[in-house]
Amino acid sequence: MKRKRLSTAELNAAARDYEGPYKPYDLVKELCIAVVVVGALALLLTIFFSSPDEPPSTIAQWAHQLPADFVTTAVSELDGTSDTAQYGPPYNNGPSAQFAWILHPQAWLGVSHPINTAEDYVYEPLASIPGDPPLRAATATYKAASSKNQTTWTTNYTNALAKATVGPGDTLKVATGNYGPVPKMMDALLALAQSGGLDGALLTSSQFYQTDYTKPLLFMADGSLLADRAQAQHLLGGQWGMMNETGSYPGQVWLWLYTFWYQIPPWSTSANGDLLVFLVMGVLSIALVLIPFIPGLRDIPRWLPLYRLIWRDHYREARLAASRPPAGGGGTGGGGGPPEPSGAAAA
Amino acid sequence: MSGGRNWTVRLREAGVRAMPPEKLLPDGQPVYMSSWIYLFGVLTIAALVIIIGSGVILGLKGPAWWHYTGIGHFFNSVHLWAVELFFFFMVIHLWGKFFMVAWRGGRARTWMSGAIAFLIAIPCAFTGYISQQNFDAQWIATQAKDGLNSTGIGAFFNVLNFGQMYTYHVLLLPVIVVTLVAAHILLVRRSGIVPPLPLSELGIGEAASEGVAGSAA
Repeated sequence: MKRKRLSTAELNAAARDYEGPYKPYDLVKELCIAVVVVGALALLLTIFFSSPDEPPSTIAQWAHQLPADFVTTAVSELDGTSDTAQYGPPYNNGPSAQFAWILHPQAWLGVSHPINTAEDYVYEPLASIPGDPPLRAATATYKAASSKNQTTWTTNYTNALAKATVGPGDTLKVATGNYGPVPKMMDALLALAQSGGLDGALLTSSQFYQTDYTKPLLFMADGSLLADRAQAQHLLGGQWGMMNETGSYPGQVWLWLYTFWYQIPPWSTSANGDLLVFLVMGVLSIALVLIPFIPGLRDIPRWLPLYRLIWRDHYREARLAASRPPAGGGGTGGGGGPPEPSGAAAA
Repeated sequence: MSGGRNWTVRLREAGVRAMPPEKLLPDGQPVYMSSWIYLFGVLTIAALVIIIGSGVILGLKGPAWWHYTGIGHFFNSVHLWAVELFFFFMVIHLWGKFFMVAWRGGRARTWMSGAIAFLIAIPCAFTGYISQQNFDAQWIATQAKDGLNSTGIGAFFNVLNFGQMYTYHVLLLPVIVVTLVAAHILLVRRSGIVPPLPLSELGIGEAASEGVAGSAA
């Protein structure tokens, strides 16, 4: 017989009800066995591989291990050139909010977690240091200076930090120059960070208990410590890091398609790449859910007939039945009728 | 006992009509279900059971427990590997159902509930990764914020807020996933397992099709 492609309506009609034979089946027993098997599998994987637990980084570690990077980052928070200062919503009104065509969802939702980088990362922590009138005077001088002077000081200091050396106690030695009060402020901030005080200061709010790490994490992400550790652990975006885990453990491997887009243009090169990736994944996710209603997509499994492998026993029986002579026609078997039900027809 | 058709009786009768006990807990299955691919649905559910069990223990002891006790680390490991197995089984189950054209015969809702469960399971696992309170959590949170913020979701879903993410991970998203999985299972039981594609697709006679496939409408 020639192959006959059925219409979608015919396919649906043919699959609506099953009135053929059944075989015995114990659903509860199958589930119990599956739980035991999967539990044993998870137990074996636990025994052989355990799970990773790299300790978190702290601002104190950062200030000790990379003091020049810490201070460079702090200066960028002070003069508003850091990634966080330029970020846009939900942290501030910086210019880097992403968009695609007429879609500006980041801007539409507005500033919900306000962060003023100079105030939150420099002025307020410095104000928490008791005593030290020269520090108070330095901060006042900086605040009172013209925007042009502030920019000159922070730019000169940032350039000098590139050649800074680390002295005893992880202090910084920076060549003399026109930096205004910035060195005094940054030395105090570095000392506060190295003592661990900045870790606490950035979590402090109006109440005792804290669970919101937005401020310290954004500050640390502006520096290099987290990225350096991530690169060593193959966690960067260019290393398909979204689906990796610290050590050699499998991570969120189911995110392979998300991270794939970050590897190729235009997603990898666009300033709006994150939004473009989410838009693509949003469309693909909707398509996944709506496959039954999308012509072409819903027909792919009929073009790539893996179903023949899945139901090979069923189709083998069918071929045998089709090759047998009709019942009563002198065949040796019992004709082409259906196999006898071997269990209760429950469904 | 009053025998009137009150709301409770109507609800019970509607429930039994929609899902008779022998359909909810069958003791037979169609003969065409003879492939190993059919196991991945129940394996996914089994992994979910292990995830919830290990997760409840971790939750009862608090989010920091696993960092400083061996037994806590043990249960964290079981939780992690159960999640990896869950997604492994679920993805194979999903691909298997795709290649079976399993949405045929009024089973589109079954497919959709499963696909949505898969999509919701992704942020459920993701919030777990950023609730770990270790370097991995720091890195994932600081990277993921850009994508989420770009869509505006970051305005009310702050991945840098541990307390918020922990609540999503241990309560809100698991409730949604379990509800969707339960709905998916009920839809499977109600509609039955999709029969094989008609034999005419392979060019095999209709007589045989009617005899063996048993897929009479």
